[in-house]
Amino acid sequence: MSLGPYASFILTSYALATVVVLILIAWIAIDYRHQKERLRELDAAGIVRRSGRSAMDIR
Amino acid sequence: MTLTDLANPTRFLTLTGRLLPWLAASTALLLLIGLYQSAVAPDDYQQGATVKIMFIHVPNAWLSMFVWGVMSLAALGTLVWRHPLADVAAKTAAPIGASFTFLALVTGSLWGRPMWGTYWEWDARLTSVLILFLMYLGLIALWRAVEDPSRAARAAAILTLVGAINLPIIKFSVDWWNTLHQPASVMRIGGPSLDRAFLIPLLVMALAFSLLFLTLHLAAMRNEILRRRVRALQMMQASQRSA
Repeated sequence: MSLGPYASFILTSYALATVVVLILIAWIAIDYRHQKERLRELDAAGIVRRSGRSAMDIR
Repeated sequence: MTLTDLANPTRFLTLTGRLLPWLAASTALLLLIGLYQSAVAPDDYQQGATVKIMFIHVPNAWLSMFVWGVMSLAALGTLVWRHPLADVAAKTAAPIGASFTFLALVTGSLWGRPMWGTYWEWDARLTSVLILFLMYLGLIALWRAVEDPSRAARAAAILTLVGAINLPIIKFSVDWWNTLHQPASVMRIGGPSLDRAFLIPLLVMALAFSLLFLTLHLAAMRNEILRRRVRALQMMQASQRSA
């Protein structure tokens, strides 16, 4: 597969899209872990939801 | 399963918890197929291999508008039906929509340089998409600036609906004004004008990016529900301490 004289434009486009998508995935995954950690701390402190269920019940 | 059932955040968490692994796997598979088809697609007789940028640029450009459309529906859900998940949906879609718009602008620019001889031109299509990107950033800033989620929700919903006026302007800018950007070649009266060799990889990539949006959006919505649960529990904890 030859990309011709404009290979750098094509490869930069695909690389940039990959980086942005990976950043989005990482941001969401890190945020999820962060929220779970905060819920775990609240659960450990004995704080329960109004329904009486554990703060960690995230099913 | 109705929309009312999904109004319960706990039920939403349960359903999406089961759905997300399947969605993520389908997205990855479809992206791999789309990337392979894009790699082996023939060169265009005029554009050469730069036509491959289309398979990234066009799905992102479509999604930049589609995500604002989703946010506009969610804004109606906030203002009219007061659906508890509507604001969560709008708030979490904004950074994803902004990312797609950023990619549409940059890949368009990288495609424009070899084809038009310039990275940027202040024509109607490019300028209206840049305005869309700035509106996404404005909305994200608004949600961050107002601490109370319910107050931020109303202001953001009104701003989203006002911003939706830009969507038809983007779509029809290439017909209404004399622009450097080419007119629609897929979603047009009379059917797509693209050859099947380009149309099929483009549609596969568009479907893959749409599934990617759905997967990321549902995951981000789960995070936002948990964040609001944390906030409510922290307020409960603070009131217990002061009592």
